[in-house]
Amino acid sequence: MSTGWGRNRALALYGLLSLAYAFLYVPIVVMIIYSFNASRLVTVWGGFSFKWYGELLQDEKVLDAAWLSLQVAFANATIATILGTLAAVVLVRFRRFRGRTLFTGMIAAPLVMPEIITGLAMLLLFVAMEQAIGWPQGRSMTTIVIAHVTFSLSFVTVVVQSRLAQMDASLEEAAMDLGARPAKVFLVITLPIIAPALLAGWLLAFTLSIDDVVISAFVSGPGASPLPIVIFSKVRLGVSPEINALATIVVALVGVAMAIAGRVMLSRDRDERHRPTVTSPQPV
Amino acid sequence: MTALDRAVRRWGRLLVGLPPYAWLVVFFLVPFLIVIKISLSQAIMGIPPYTPLLEWGEDAVLTIRIALGSFGTLFGDELYAFAYLNSLRLAAIATFCCLLLGYPAAYAIARSSHSVRNLLLLLVALPFWTSFLIRVYAWIGILKTEGLLNGLLLWLGVIDTPLQILETDLAVLIGMVYSYLPFMVLPLFATLEKMDMSLLEAAADLGCRPFQAFISVTLPLSMPGIVAGSLLVFIPAVGEFVIPDLLGGPDTLMIGKILWAEFFDNRDWPVASAVAVAMLVLLVVPVMIFQRLQGQATEGTR
Repeated sequence: MSTGWGRNRALALYGLLSLAYAFLYVPIVVMIIYSFNASRLVTVWGGFSFKWYGELLQDEKVLDAAWLSLQVAFANATIATILGTLAAVVLVRFRRFRGRTLFTGMIAAPLVMPEIITGLAMLLLFVAMEQAIGWPQGRSMTTIVIAHVTFSLSFVTVVVQSRLAQMDASLEEAAMDLGARPAKVFLVITLPIIAPALLAGWLLAFTLSIDDVVISAFVSGPGASPLPIVIFSKVRLGVSPEINALATIVVALVGVAMAIAGRVMLSRDRDERHRPTVTSPQPV
Repeated sequence: MTALDRAVRRWGRLLVGLPPYAWLVVFFLVPFLIVIKISLSQAIMGIPPYTPLLEWGEDAVLTIRIALGSFGTLFGDELYAFAYLNSLRLAAIATFCCLLLGYPAAYAIARSSHSVRNLLLLLVALPFWTSFLIRVYAWIGILKTEGLLNGLLLWLGVIDTPLQILETDLAVLIGMVYSYLPFMVLPLFATLEKMDMSLLEAAADLGCRPFQAFISVTLPLSMPGIVAGSLLVFIPAVGEFVIPDLLGGPDTLMIGKILWAEFFDNRDWPVASAVAVAMLVLLVVPVMIFQRLQGQATEGTR
C-alpha cells in the first residue's frame, strides 16, 4: 500500500480485526450448537437432537408471547416509519422553523437514553393519563406499541435522513418547475428514491421492538407479555436448552430477513448505478 | 408566489411536521416532566402509589406539596452513591475497552478493498440485529463456573480450579464490551473512511514514520468518531440493567439495577423517579455533547 504500512503491520491489524469478529460471533455459534444438544447439561455433549425444538413448539406461553411480539413489532415498525420519515423530511428540507433545537434534541436523545429511564417515564405517563382522561386503560398491546414507537422513530429518522440528504434535490425542483404540487412531488419522486431507506428503517424498528426487554417490562401488563419478557423471566433462572433453541430460531429468522433486505438494497443500488443520470450532466 | 400559495405551503409544512413533533412532545418530553414531578412526591399505599404534588383545596386554594424525602434517601444512604460511582466506573472501563478493540477493527475495515468492505461492515452490524437479550444470555453458558471457558482453561491446564467469572464485575464488563462494540466500530468507520489518504502520504513524504503519522494525523482527524462512538457506548452503559442483572452477582451494584428494584420490588415510585432524575443529571452533559454532534452531522449532510 502506498501509505507506507508494512506487511507485518497489515497482518497485525487483520489479526485484531479477526479477534473482534471472533469475540462477536463465538458466543452465538456456541449457543446454536448447544441448542441441538440432547443433554440438559451445558458442558456435556449428549448427542445431536431436535427435542428442545419440539418442547418449545408445545409451550403455549412462548407461542402466545411470540405472536404478540410479532403484532407489536409490525404495528410499531409501520407507525415509526411513517413518523420517522416525516421527521426526516422536516430536518432535511425545512431549514428554519421555531423549535428546531428542541426537535433535534428530541430526535437525538432516545438514541442514547438508558432504556430504564424511558421505560419508567413512559409508564408514569400512562398512569397519569389514565387518571386524567381515562385512557389508556391498564397496560396492553397499545401501551407497548406507543412506547416502542417513541424510541424507535428516532432510529428510522436517522436512517431516512441520511438518504434524503444524499438525494439530488434538483429532481424535486424539476418536478416543481413542471407544475407538480409538493405532495405529488413527494409521492412520485422523493418516495421511490428513498424507499430503500424506508425499508431499512422499517426493519430496524421491527427488530428494535421485537428485541426490547426493559421498556416492555414497564409498559406491558399481566395479560400482554411480549416474547423478550417471557425469555427474560426464564433466563433469570439460568441456562436452559429450550432457550437455546428459541434463540437459534430468532437468530435464523433475523439472518434470513437480513439476507433478503441486503439483496433488495444491493439490487436497487446496482439499478441506480446503471441508470443514466439526468441530474449530473456529463461534459461533452 | 401568491398569498394563497404561501398559505398552502405553510399549512403543508405544518401537516408534515406536526405529527412527529406532537408525538415526541407528548410521549417523550412530557413523561420526563412527570418523572421529575413524582420524584418530588411521597410514596403512599394506593393507586397511584404517590401523593399528588398539586391539590385544589376546599376554598379553591392551590397547594403545592413538595416532598424532598426521596432525594434525602438518595443522599442519606451511601448505597446509592456507591451504585452511581460503580456504574460510571464500569461504563468508563467498558467504553475504553470498546475503543481499544474497535479502533483497529474500524481502521482495518476502512482501509480494506471495496469488494470486501461491505461484507465486513455487515458482519459488524449483524449481531446488533439479533436479539440483545439472547446475546447476553449466550455468555452465561460460557462464563459460569462449570461453563465452557472454565472447561477450556482446565483442559489446557492454565488453571487448576474453575474461576468464578459469572456474577462478578468482570462478567458485566465482558457483556458490555460485547454488546456495545458495534456502536463503537460504526461511527469510527464513518470518520476513518472519509479521511483524505493523501494527508498520510504527505506526512510520509516529509519523513514522518507511520506510527508518528498515525498519532499526529489519523488520530486527531478521527476524533469526532471517537467521541460519538464513546458516547454511544458510555451513556446507555451507565443505565444498563439487563447485563448486570444476568451476568452480575448480588453485590454488583449498578444504578439501573437499583432503579428496577425500587420500582418493581419495593414499589416505591417516588424513590425510583428520584434515582432516574439523578441519573439524568449525571448524563445531561454527555447527552448534550451527543446531541450537538448529531446536530452537526445533520447540518453537514445537507
